[in-house]
Amino acid sequence: MTHFDEAGAAVQAALDAGARYADARVMVRRSETMSARDGDVEDLGFDESAGLGVRALVGSSWGFYAVPDLTDPSARAAGLRAARIAAASAAVPGPPADLMPTRAVVASWASDCVIDPLGVPLSDKGDLLVRATAAAKAAGADVAEANYAVWDTRKWFASSEGHRIDQHIRECGAGVTATAVGDGEVQRRSWPSYGGQFGTRGWELVHELDLVGNAPRMAEEARALLTAPRCPSSETTLVLGGEQLALQIHESVGHAIELDRILGWEAAFAGTSWLDLSRLGSLRYGSELMNITIDPTFPGALGSFGFDDEGTPAAKRHAVRDGVWVGVLAGRDSAAVAGLDYAGSVRSDGWSRLPMVRMTNVGLEPGPHSLDEIIAATDDGVFMDVNRSWSIDDRRLNFQFGCEIGYEIKNGKLGRMLRNPTYTGIGPKFWQSMDMLSGETIAWGTPNCGKGQPGQIGHTGHPTAPARFTNVRVGVHG
Amino acid sequence: MNGESGRAGAELELAARVIELVRKLAGHACEAEVNVRHEAEALTRFANSAIHQNVASAATSLRLRLHSDGRTAGGSTTLTSTDDLRTLVERTLAAVRVSPPDRSWAGLAPPAPPRLSAGHPGSGERSGLGFGFDEATARADPADRAERVRDFVRAAGGLETAGYCRTVYVSAAFANSAGQAVEGRMADAAMDGIARSDGADGVARLAAARLADLDGAVLGARAAAKARAASRPVELPPGHYEVVLEPDAVKDVLENLAIFGFDGKAHNQQQSFAELGKAQFDPSVTIVDEPLGSREEPAADLPFDDEGTPRRPLVLVRDGVTMAVTHDRTSAAQAGAESTGHASPVSRSWGPHASHMRLEATSAPGVRPGTGDIDSIAESARPLVAGMRRGLLVTDLWYTRVLDPKALVVTGLTRNGVWLVEDGEVVSAVSNLRFTQSYPHALGPGRVLGIGAGTVLLPDSWDRAHYAAPALHLAEWNVTGNASG
Repeated sequence: MTHFDEAGAAVQAALDAGARYADARVMVRRSETMSARDGDVEDLGFDESAGLGVRALVGSSWGFYAVPDLTDPSARAAGLRAARIAAASAAVPGPPADLMPTRAVVASWASDCVIDPLGVPLSDKGDLLVRATAAAKAAGADVAEANYAVWDTRKWFASSEGHRIDQHIRECGAGVTATAVGDGEVQRRSWPSYGGQFGTRGWELVHELDLVGNAPRMAEEARALLTAPRCPSSETTLVLGGEQLALQIHESVGHAIELDRILGWEAAFAGTSWLDLSRLGSLRYGSELMNITIDPTFPGALGSFGFDDEGTPAAKRHAVRDGVWVGVLAGRDSAAVAGLDYAGSVRSDGWSRLPMVRMTNVGLEPGPHSLDEIIAATDDGVFMDVNRSWSIDDRRLNFQFGCEIGYEIKNGKLGRMLRNPTYTGIGPKFWQSMDMLSGETIAWGTPNCGKGQPGQIGHTGHPTAPARFTNVRVGVHG
Repeated sequence: MNGESGRAGAELELAARVIELVRKLAGHACEAEVNVRHEAEALTRFANSAIHQNVASAATSLRLRLHSDGRTAGGSTTLTSTDDLRTLVERTLAAVRVSPPDRSWAGLAPPAPPRLSAGHPGSGERSGLGFGFDEATARADPADRAERVRDFVRAAGGLETAGYCRTVYVSAAFANSAGQAVEGRMADAAMDGIARSDGADGVARLAAARLADLDGAVLGARAAAKARAASRPVELPPGHYEVVLEPDAVKDVLENLAIFGFDGKAHNQQQSFAELGKAQFDPSVTIVDEPLGSREEPAADLPFDDEGTPRRPLVLVRDGVTMAVTHDRTSAAQAGAESTGHASPVSRSWGPHASHMRLEATSAPGVRPGTGDIDSIAESARPLVAGMRRGLLVTDLWYTRVLDPKALVVTGLTRNGVWLVEDGEVVSAVSNLRFTQSYPHALGPGRVLGIGAGTVLLPDSWDRAHYAAPALHLAEWNVTGNASG
């Protein structure tokens, strides 16, 4: 069964009402989440959401309307309404809007999936979370929590230019967290990352995480952190684990290279960017080790797809090459404004939301070292990993991040465990200090990237590996 | 054009059908609760002084939670045909049967009527309430919102502007197999925008029960005044500063207190600073969660929570003493308490949170935004600024994240205008600053030097929460970085 007819009807109705371009996407998403605490299942839910969203361009103004009713009359009414909303936008018009030219695509795409996550018995999934939390609890956690999430999304996209694309994307992931409570102190350790690891893959991803096997170590580390010395305040050499570096890329590179932010379209809420388009191709973003790619074709990463929500085929391109800023995340309208000849990074988090510029997989190309080599080459510094808190200014420059765990590095070896490790800096200065980079790449998934109004939750991927940075201010405390 | 209101009874009827379906398929032993929510949201967004995103949607969603033989499962759908509802019930029943035991199930809410509020059925013009449901807001169309955007842009006097104007209408019902059956509706509006001048931003935002109460011209002029006053900033070194936080910045303090401090689940797990009965705040501090609205802050939520528990005002802090934390039925049962009506679809996992908090203003008469003169300093902050010898006036806090949940140490940045104040006068704009500060410590005994007169009802940037905040004069704020790092 397809929904091209409904999407096409909405597009035609928008054109009939005066739109010069329209597109529509029908999305049907089934999701399943479960959480457990201290050996008991805490919550289990299934959600099914289906509907149609239509976008119409009238003159230089956009309108968007969404309905859950997948019938031909409803689709036509939605198209008409989108066009009327666009007409109302003309009360406060902007410059002429255009779309980067593209060829119409008729295609079908599905993500790779070995074990269908929705086909795994609930009892098996529940047992996994119960056993993981019980193992953490038995190893000393005051609170042990585990969770998984599954998303199964089907999309049918049609445009007035002739696109007809259907996609089936399956995503899932899981994680376990141990919390230790001390006198005025709470410490948390998460495996394999804060909130869990997620990908555009089947349940085989969760099997690989070994939640039960790693849960006791999380509990032991959380308890040990309660009495570990606090990360001292200093300017030092900082080695970041891959999970934290994924967050660093997400916040200080991924959002900064979103073209809608650069153009001021998100100025009031998410903010703008420190990047100036006039310096695209010449601005030094980081050291020569810094090669950032935008790659929705990365196998299994959480930001992977066949086509974005404007119908642009997935393609890999550089955002930073040898430390120089060379690319952005763009959509067809923002690319046209900026005079660029590529798009492909527009998605919506559901049928009821307007597609907008989103990260896909924004990651760091592998370096020549290993984490062991980086530690061995460091005489004095701090190692930090697994994100605990993140804060960055509205231009994506001034950041302060906290990690769950830190260790001293002395004479090429890890030393004492450190609690409440934090570090702070200014994006380009920080990236220009990167002098060692591992090749042990993991595609970390971020399933909770918030952007837009009304708010949308994006799924992004960040292939990355551990790296070293020099002269970083660490140990900022309240 | 909207025309989404006037569906009274439709959601309750749908909820009752699902309860009946559960009884038919699973018998009376199966406990069931159903939430039905019809929501029409419209948001007109502008940037670079033009409307660039103009969206609307209308959808009914239905959530079902079942508990049977000691096991629990939930499901939701936007598909509401008879066949779809049966599929939802059958799927959720199947999930319950294979779910592991749920030892934290707290049972269903008993039948209880909701309190009369703006969200009560029939609370429109004939309700006798001074702050009834506003049909015009529920029916607002794109032209109504665009008109306010146009006024905001014009009032900024040529400065670049960005922001949104939003209207929301919700009609919802809850029913459970224990006999609770309640319905309600709400409508509200919000406007939030910035003006930009020489790289400096100024902001103005306001939530209201009536779209008619949002004056785009007043808000645009206020944002522009702030932006102009914030240009040519100087950089200040890190250190401990006395501060006056304007209402927008106080909103962030309230939000973090709601999520990390007064969360009953976090409190049960000893991860919150809150200690009931202890004087943890300055005696001038009283904080109330008021989901039903009031004459002063009329934007009410639905009169019941997601477990059907009637919502009510809850005093969290009175005269500096922590009085209560927020509970859903699960966290309440674990604490040996009663639900305070703060269940949400995610409260069992993420904790029950207050979403309509108000920090009580001083009793001196205040001037509500939109009625006072336009100035770069918020009305309720002006007397506090006049009383500050040397310190910072902060408009807004941004991207705040918790470093230490127990002490509620938060890091974040200032945004949309910061000024240095000496001897009660603004002497210069200041570039944005990073801070790392324990919020409850900042509001601790002896640390609150003054609270402004009059609260401002402010929309949350991300969800539907509202915060009523006055300005706040604090003895100390820990600035840990500036624009240089």
